[in-house]
Amino acid sequence: MSAAVATPSGTRAAPRGGSTLTGTGALVRFVLRRDRVRLAVWAGSMVAFYAYFTFALDTVFADEAAQQGRAAIMETPSGIVMGGPGYGLDHYTTGVAMANEGITWVVLALAIFSVLHMVRHTRAEEETGRSELVRAAVVGRHAPAVAALTTLVVAQAVIAVLSAFAMVAVGDLAVVDSLAMTVGSALSAVVFGAVALVACQVFAAGRAAVGASLAVFGAAFVVRAAGDMRETGGSALSWFSPIAWAQQMRAFVDLRWWPALLSVVALVVLVVVASALASRRDFGGGLVAGRPGRADARASLRSPFALAWLQQRGALLWSCLGLGLLWFASGTLLPEVGSMIGDLVAENPAIAQVFGTDGTELSVAFVALMILYAALCCAGYAVVMAQRPKAEETSGRAEVVFSHPVSRYRWLGAQVLVAGLGTAVLLAVSVYATWLGAVAVGWDDQTFGDYTTVVWTYLPALAVFLGLVVALYGWVPRLTGLAWALLAYTFVIGMFGGLFDLPDWAFRLSPFDWVPAAFSGEFSAGDVAVLWGAAVVLGVLGFVGFRRRDLVTG
Amino acid sequence: MTTTPATGTPGAGAPAIETRDLHKRFGSTRALDGLDLTVAEGEVAGFLGPNGAGKSTAIRVLLGLLSPTSGSARLLGGDPWTDAVALHRRLAYVPGDVTLWPNLTGGEAIDFLTRLRGTPDARRKRELLEAFELDPTKKAGTYSKGNRQKVALVAAFATEVPLLILDEPTSGLDPLMEAVFTERVREAAANGTSVLLSSHILSEVEKVCDTVTIIRSGRAVESGTLDELRHLTRSSVTAVVEGDPTSVARLDGVHDLVTADDPEGTRLTFDVDNAAMGATLTELSRLGVHSFSAAPPSLEELFLRHYGDDVSDDGTPAGDGRPGGRHAAEASGAGAR
Repeated sequence: MSAAVATPSGTRAAPRGGSTLTGTGALVRFVLRRDRVRLAVWAGSMVAFYAYFTFALDTVFADEAAQQGRAAIMETPSGIVMGGPGYGLDHYTTGVAMANEGITWVVLALAIFSVLHMVRHTRAEEETGRSELVRAAVVGRHAPAVAALTTLVVAQAVIAVLSAFAMVAVGDLAVVDSLAMTVGSALSAVVFGAVALVACQVFAAGRAAVGASLAVFGAAFVVRAAGDMRETGGSALSWFSPIAWAQQMRAFVDLRWWPALLSVVALVVLVVVASALASRRDFGGGLVAGRPGRADARASLRSPFALAWLQQRGALLWSCLGLGLLWFASGTLLPEVGSMIGDLVAENPAIAQVFGTDGTELSVAFVALMILYAALCCAGYAVVMAQRPKAEETSGRAEVVFSHPVSRYRWLGAQVLVAGLGTAVLLAVSVYATWLGAVAVGWDDQTFGDYTTVVWTYLPALAVFLGLVVALYGWVPRLTGLAWALLAYTFVIGMFGGLFDLPDWAFRLSPFDWVPAAFSGEFSAGDVAVLWGAAVVLGVLGFVGFRRRDLVTG
Repeated sequence: MTTTPATGTPGAGAPAIETRDLHKRFGSTRALDGLDLTVAEGEVAGFLGPNGAGKSTAIRVLLGLLSPTSGSARLLGGDPWTDAVALHRRLAYVPGDVTLWPNLTGGEAIDFLTRLRGTPDARRKRELLEAFELDPTKKAGTYSKGNRQKVALVAAFATEVPLLILDEPTSGLDPLMEAVFTERVREAAANGTSVLLSSHILSEVEKVCDTVTIIRSGRAVESGTLDELRHLTRSSVTAVVEGDPTSVARLDGVHDLVTADDPEGTRLTFDVDNAAMGATLTELSRLGVHSFSAAPPSLEELFLRHYGDDVSDDGTPAGDGRPGGRHAAEASGAGAR
């Protein structure tokens, strides 16, 4: 101290060379190192999605008649909501369809990635106290946020370039237009990442920041859909949504680059706002204080079942809402799709193999296919939720519960029961939402009773997925992810099984193969019994294993 | 249901905790390697050891979270693995690293946990919240480590049980809260509750424990009452004598003797086995004593003897907030040789 005071001017020698951005480079490398697997999985999945979507459009909608059939769907309200503004509908080639329908979903996925990435590396780090260590080192106040944003932009750029390459390679699409679509989508997604950055300054809890950012995306989705509904190509309202900024580049139709600038401008503005807010708040604090919660628990929170329900109900609610709306909207498309499929089958033998050739059965086959999709989503939900006990265990929360008079069976039973009930509810919501959508547009070939049959015939197949996760969890908890392999296999068999000349047992390995095809299949009590039997045996096996094994503890 | 401590329990009079030759292996790692641990009924037992010594593993075996590879473990007269649920009605546990459900508030988590054990006492909960200065309305996801620890402590102390198992329960608490904690443990002990308190903080154990078991690499290296353990240790002596002190150095049981000139004669500092204290005093008085002081060993010293290297690497016991006189003496003693 005294040495510092002894300067002639009487001022202390301030430490030099530091800015609020010091240490950003090191943090960037740290984020990339820490997230290398996570980033690779996101990038791989996105590129695969682009490639798959391109391939599917290119093979199924190979000729002009088929393409125009698809274009007709995209003119309907549901088509606009789930698709895009409708550029190039008069000449609906693969590239045009990619840009018109794909961007909304690509931006959705990339925006979720952006929001999670930003919150994970800024607010969540502060919340856990980890960044206290980092910030105490030679690291500027804004460095963590800038490092998070930098890595996000790099990751999005890599994904955009690889995805464009995939589109060119798979669908032989125009290079510049492909790049415009992927880069535009990435920029739009980065805007939502910047929204998350602002939310991280406002809210003290990471979950609140994620929630607020996704709510902004939801609003952007609605604004874009409402704007595009007013006129083809979008109205003034559409332009208030960052999703539109990617779509309005009109890739594959009449490419223009300047809408991408809107994303860049929005990004800069949001970063400036976030920086201003960040300078006004304390470390660990937010501008909005977290709302105080209940000091005492509700009287109902007194059992492992009540806790499991509390843990899973949010996911269930949002899944029901999201998938319910999706399948309702899909249901409203049935009449158009039905007639389109008819045209397709007449010209494309490959499609005939999936849907059959009998005209009267065609529409039924298509609804059945939608049900298959819905059931696959529910199976995914079952696999995710059945893995919740594992998260409870590895985090150490189960340890606390098990030090109380709670048996292993009771605890796991509660978790699995809630997961199972949730899966059943989600299946019912998905199936009946499809029915509601179909009925709403006058498509009533299948009755309410037919749909009810679908619900309870698919239920045991979903139970098999649940049982598999439980069995893996009981004996080799590290490998619960293997259930995803079965889900992928079920998907491939269900969608493309008919295209290959596979032995019978290869089909029988898929739980869905034991389910009678929706609305037309022959009901077999034996098959249903086999499914329930497999689910129960797997589940019991899992419980026995879980009772026998050591708890995995930190 | 048993809520009155230490009465009507099967096997009353048996130790609250007893393990014999307990082994636990994870792959090739021996986490427990023949651990013997006894906590008598109504006793507050310290369970000391450096990080990684096997304290938490032992506790998790006692809780029935892990099954032992071999050896026996008894808890309140029952088998911790097969009778887990029944036993857990009669014990409360606080882990060293508490994780909670991020979307529950602290108050909700406390209620949930206490309800699992029985009928919670709202007044007692309020009183504990006040004592530990915990805001129960915050989401657990926003709590600091210390506050998460408090949630577990409040939940544990909220019901009266015959056995408390505390695994480094004060990590993350400030000294003021540590004092609150110590008071609560004493209160529980006064009511007849048996306590197993694991720690690597010596002062914490010294404050409340009747007996101590020291564990290293999965086995107990010392155990007994604090007094018994002190018998095993050396006292540190500082004296100023007139005569030639070389005879003192030759005595059995005198260690690390350092001499220095002093205006009054020669200043001696050394450690002496308590068994050799009598002979040493005789010899000193023969030399003509000007001043004399002897300090009883602290638990820190027990630690240094058992894990000299581990402790200095880890630094925790040394950083206990006490003047490091003894360490300095040891260090200078070592340096003088």
